Amino acid sequence: MQWDWNYTWDILPDLLRGLRTTVLATIFGYLIALVLGMVWTLLRRSPSRVFNGAVRWVTEFIRSTPLIPQLFFVYYVLPAWGLTIGPLTAGIITLGIHYSTYTAEVYRAGIADIPRGQWEACTALNLPRSRVWLDVVLPQAIRRVIPTLGNYLIAMFKDSPQLLVIQVTEMLLAAYKAGTESYHMLEPITLVGVLFIIVSVISSILVRRLERRYATN
Amino acid sequence: MPPTDTAPEAPTPEESEDAAAPAEGVSTEKKGARKEDGDGAAAALPHGDAPGIRFEKVVKRFGSNVVLRELDFAVEPGERVTLIGPSGSGKTTILRLLMTLEKLDDGVIWIGDDTLWHMDKGGRRVPANQKHLHEMRKQVGMVFQQFNLFPNMNVLRNLTEGPVRVLGASKDEAVERARGLLDMVGLADKENAHPSQLSGGQQQRVAIARALAMQPKVLLLDEVTSALDPELVVGVQDLLRDIARESDLTMLCVTHEMNFARDISNRVLMFDQGQIVEEGPPDRIFGEPAEQRTREFLQAVLAS
Repeated sequence: MQWDWNYTWDILPDLLRGLRTTVLATIFGYLIALVLGMVWTLLRRSPSRVFNGAVRWVTEFIRSTPLIPQLFFVYYVLPAWGLTIGPLTAGIITLGIHYSTYTAEVYRAGIADIPRGQWEACTALNLPRSRVWLDVVLPQAIRRVIPTLGNYLIAMFKDSPQLLVIQVTEMLLAAYKAGTESYHMLEPITLVGVLFIIVSVISSILVRRLERRYATN
Repeated sequence: MPPTDTAPEAPTPEESEDAAAPAEGVSTEKKGARKEDGDGAAAALPHGDAPGIRFEKVVKRFGSNVVLRELDFAVEPGERVTLIGPSGSGKTTILRLLMTLEKLDDGVIWIGDDTLWHMDKGGRRVPANQKHLHEMRKQVGMVFQQFNLFPNMNVLRNLTEGPVRVLGASKDEAVERARGLLDMVGLADKENAHPSQLSGGQQQRVAIARALAMQPKVLLLDEVTSALDPELVVGVQDLLRDIARESDLTMLCVTHEMNFARDISNRVLMFDQGQIVEEGPPDRIFGEPAEQRTREFLQAVLAS
């Protein structure tokens, strides 16, 4: 099998379009995961035991089932109940929900790491609960977990090809489509690997920088 | 300053900084006069009617361990009391109950004429709700062994957070007051520093200023020099001595530094196993302790 450079340049634009979709899905899914994860974490702190148990059960369930059945569920099953959404939107939402159960754990650990003295100082200053969270606890907790959250961004990016099962033309599906048309899989699939590595390495460098910046204090 | 005889009728809710309260003519005048002479230290300190404190049959347990067993004691308005005694004798628990960091198991705690952990509901005494605790806590400030400054805020913000968020002070007046307090504790040049950039002694000074910024009437000091390097202890103690002299706060202090206890307090309570073994003016307790248990404890502390 010979590497064909002309063919490589021909398919590159398609793959880059796919990469754009991959990156978009990752970024928007990540934003959902960041916000929803915090929602889970705060819900878990509700005084009602039953409610806590329910939230915990739901998040455990989502975390322990694979992404692909979840994608199928959102894309193929929800429309039966009248909820029809496009493949990319469905993919973003599913990625976001799936990873929110991981970020929730990260936040929970970050909050648990806040020394008791911080909470006690808040009581001694009589701060209202909203301020305790917004001004004292969350800024410190989030700072501590930024490196871990960054690692989940990379993990999510690597999981995003799974979106092809619901026909999202992200990079891998774009490569596959190009390959089946020409019967040449070597170039498109190799390119996918190269592009993934480039983006992953760049992200890793950024995450490591964040780590250095936040780990010191 | 000697304990004042004029106990307040009722602990007045904290009023906002510059509200010229006609009802408190005397104390506002005093405050104003001190402000004019430009002495940052004195102006920054709380003046006003400090409430007394009374414990009635207070019980505190941790699991099966009874830390306080029907404890009774009282602190006069403006009095400064030091609690001494071996570890685990319940001294710190007393402060933590007053700061509502621990829940009361039984008995009643009075601050001024109001109960801390109970409120009146249709003539009955019922457990306090959050709102009542919030109101009562406004009178009390605490300085911790481990400082507990907020590491995500600079020094100035540590001092203004409470006044702005809780007392409803404007940003400007909170900043002005905070600067006065930082000046008093000798850290006027550190307002933009973060706690991690300060020495332990400096952090504790900021923590003292932060507690005072809330204009408490009762100040609780929980082993405030125990976590400091030896060479930094004196500076913090001197500061607290000045505060004790210049303000009329009711103060409760837990310490293992007997010289400091002698200087700062009007009265010393010796605790053991959740009970008061002996009490009296510092000179007598340290000079001629009556109880065997006190003598043993003092010997052990002074030997160390």
